[in-house]
Amino acid sequence: MYAQLVETGVKRLKSLDEMEPQERAFQERIDAEIKIEAKNWMPDAYRQTLIRQISQHAHSEIVGMLPEGNWVTRAPSLKRKLQLMAKIQDEAGHGLYLYSAMETLGADRDEEIAKMHNGKAKYSSIFNYPTLSWADMGAVGWLVDGAAIVNQVVLQRTSYGPYSRAMVRICKEESFHQRQGYQMLLTMMQEGTQAQKDMVQDSINRLWWPSLMMFGPSDEHSPNSAQSMAWKIKRQSNDELRQRFVDQTVPQLELLGCTAPDPDLKWNEERGHYDFGEIQWDEFYEVLKGNGPCNQERVSKRRNAIESGAWVREAAVAYARKQQLKRDVA
Amino acid sequence: MSDWTLFEVFVRSKHGLNHKHVGSVHAADASMALENARELYTRRNEGVSLWVVPSAAITASAPDEKEPLFDPSNDKIYRHASFYELPAEVGHM
Repeated sequence: MYAQLVETGVKRLKSLDEMEPQERAFQERIDAEIKIEAKNWMPDAYRQTLIRQISQHAHSEIVGMLPEGNWVTRAPSLKRKLQLMAKIQDEAGHGLYLYSAMETLGADRDEEIAKMHNGKAKYSSIFNYPTLSWADMGAVGWLVDGAAIVNQVVLQRTSYGPYSRAMVRICKEESFHQRQGYQMLLTMMQEGTQAQKDMVQDSINRLWWPSLMMFGPSDEHSPNSAQSMAWKIKRQSNDELRQRFVDQTVPQLELLGCTAPDPDLKWNEERGHYDFGEIQWDEFYEVLKGNGPCNQERVSKRRNAIESGAWVREAAVAYARKQQLKRDVA
Repeated sequence: MSDWTLFEVFVRSKHGLNHKHVGSVHAADASMALENARELYTRRNEGVSLWVVPSAAITASAPDEKEPLFDPSNDKIYRHASFYELPAEVGHM
């Protein structure tokens, strides 16, 4: 999930009878699967929850460029370099679609970005892990974008129109990301040297568990889910989505000829799903709190990008003003 | 960047089709908005033509006016072709 632990600020679900007429009409609209649009009335908590979730999602796309940017200059061929740059540009685009959707709720882009820089707003825990080898570019595309797709496909049906439409665009592009990542790993496993094959396995060993953590806390520790589900901001539970991801990923893992760093991972005939081991939740919460291996580096890079880019934005405004003056004179 | 003008972006996906709203961009002026929109919304052959319009220039109908604005059209079923029943021998019309 690109948005984890999104606060709703709501302690208890209200029944339709307890709602004021305006809120009841809103909830009935959601229950009838009619999208909420920017100008429709909405409860303030719904608006604030969406701003938190969409901004967290957008921040994740933007910070997500950094682990990949780490390898652009060291890509093994021009072809791989172009693919990686196209993927990174898509991530920037996804961030922008999402910031636009967030702005329709009345949120200010600069303010929300500042919240990420001062630690008040989160982004996905996955991007606080380092990308140590070229194989990580493949594993990130396959596992991280794969997990994101599982989550985002469901979010296409989210109740807020602008968010849902951004998701539709994003999902179309994500499948390129996942396929290019998997194909890269497949090439290394089928045509690579032993050292390259070991690199792939090492990458999977490091990124497997953090990828499963992307779906957020287990359902029993997800206090905000009930309200988000009632509002249909969220459509499926964290554990359901995580299970779907594991089920679809294990056969791909086997096709690669690799293994997962989980001794408990095995097919459960009775459930019709793969069983898997317990996630290290302490690690998840630590990374989310800001104590992951790369949290500080990621945030300081983002802050630096905004601050060092200030003169470019100023120059663009000065240029636009000058052009306008020229037109006015003519 | 929030102090830059917000532009709504419209893309014509193919010759002969309407421009369709796809999203928005911030830009210092219209020509920059066009360039940003090109990078953001048409990286994969999504269009043959782009419009950017300052969001502030759009006048929209209010959502709570939906009923007075659109309901009267429901009363005028005679505006639809299917209202006029014709004998089968007329064929397709």
